[in-house]
Amino acid sequence: MKWSEMFTSSIGKKWVMALTGIFLILFLIIHVSLNACIWANDGGAMFNQGAHFMGSTVVPRILEIGLFLGFFIHIIQGLVLEFQNRSKRKKGYAVAMGNKGSKWYSRSMGLLGTLILFFLVIHISHFWFPNRSHQGFLLGEEINLYERMKEVFQTEWVVIVYVLGCISLAWHLVHGFESAFRTLGVSNKKYLAMFKALGIGFSVIVPLAFALMPVSFYLGWIK
Amino acid sequence: MEQYMMNLTLKVWRQKNSADRGGFETYPVKNISSEMSFLEMIDVLNEELIIQGKDPIAFDHDCREGICGMCSMYINGRPHGPWQANTVCQLHMRAYQNGDTIVVEPWRANAFPVIKDLVVDRSAFDRIIQAGGYISVNTGNAVDANAVPVEKDKADAAFAAASCIGCGACVAACKNSSALLFVSAKVSHLALLPQGGPERKTRALNMVAQMDKEGFGSCTNTGACEAVCPKEISIENIARLNREYMMAGAASAK
Repeated sequence: MKWSEMFTSSIGKKWVMALTGIFLILFLIIHVSLNACIWANDGGAMFNQGAHFMGSTVVPRILEIGLFLGFFIHIIQGLVLEFQNRSKRKKGYAVAMGNKGSKWYSRSMGLLGTLILFFLVIHISHFWFPNRSHQGFLLGEEINLYERMKEVFQTEWVVIVYVLGCISLAWHLVHGFESAFRTLGVSNKKYLAMFKALGIGFSVIVPLAFALMPVSFYLGWIK
Repeated sequence: MEQYMMNLTLKVWRQKNSADRGGFETYPVKNISSEMSFLEMIDVLNEELIIQGKDPIAFDHDCREGICGMCSMYINGRPHGPWQANTVCQLHMRAYQNGDTIVVEPWRANAFPVIKDLVVDRSAFDRIIQAGGYISVNTGNAVDANAVPVEKDKADAAFAAASCIGCGACVAACKNSSALLFVSAKVSHLALLPQGGPERKTRALNMVAQMDKEGFGSCTNTGACEAVCPKEISIENIARLNREYMMAGAASAK
């Protein structure tokens, strides 16, 4: 079997979703850890040092290309699968099955993913894009990202959008985390229970930490 | 439980043939005993329709013992009706009360086109089995069964997977019309046993290829299939197939 056949089969496509999903989960760990430096409450000194390293060092900037590629594949493949799968039942049921047998969020990965995508566009236009364009998309001088955060998170609707984005991410992860490992072939009950617990913990802690960032600035918990 | 009688309203999908658009017909059914099976209740309705000179409702059924996998009705939003680990033929009318309205639909999936009324064409499953759901046995003397040792846990898991009756409820329940629970049960029950060893890799590859060709969707691990499966086939089998397939694909030299 050719690689191309393998990764375009129904199972291969899900493997691509699972692998890019786990890659993005790993990225979230880096992102949340670095951003948590805002709570050092040192006027952004520690945070800006970390942000500066990520933005002005060659290796993280090269890795950033991989990150965008991961996002791109996960989003495009996810949308394609959603539409393909929906087309497999042209005539639907008069009485929907609803929650009889599955959780709403497991059936709504496409919707939740799309909400996260909208959030991502807003988020990138707030931070990544202005910063990189200031740098001339190379290794030029960066803007003060801490000050930028403080400024952006003064607007109420922005804070609400960020919190909603984090909620979408949480539900997406509750199913996605465990499902990725099932797709990669973890069939052992002992390990599945572990990944489920780990997934729920991750889905609560990481999005909660992210959501608390705009809230902290808005409510003036950090100056 | 005390036997009781009930009158019901049935909304049944009627469709002359695969080209017909079809639609719901409403039928009042009277004097139904709580001890009847769901299919017997349909039999009573059909007798009446025949007496009235109307076309009886076409539906699949065979053993009426819950083991053949022929019956296939989507009742009030759930394949095989409201009971857990149950087929329609084993669904009894004590599940309902006097005055209930019951909506009956056929399995819905592009890969399962409606032939007539509640009967769908599930020959896609047969073609998936033909693609690899078998073992090759060389001719000659039959080998003594005890000469091939099988680990108890694996034998149990293989038997559990082999209990799949191929009814298609998994496809009917899946939001993606995925047949992965069925295919994974068929792959698992052979992959777990030494007799399935020689064709293990080609089996996973060929059955999945045929499944994709038949127009089933991909698996999102929602678990709806497992919840409605009359034989309680576990979605652990799906994870096993995901592994079997990719390992076989990666190992193939072509």
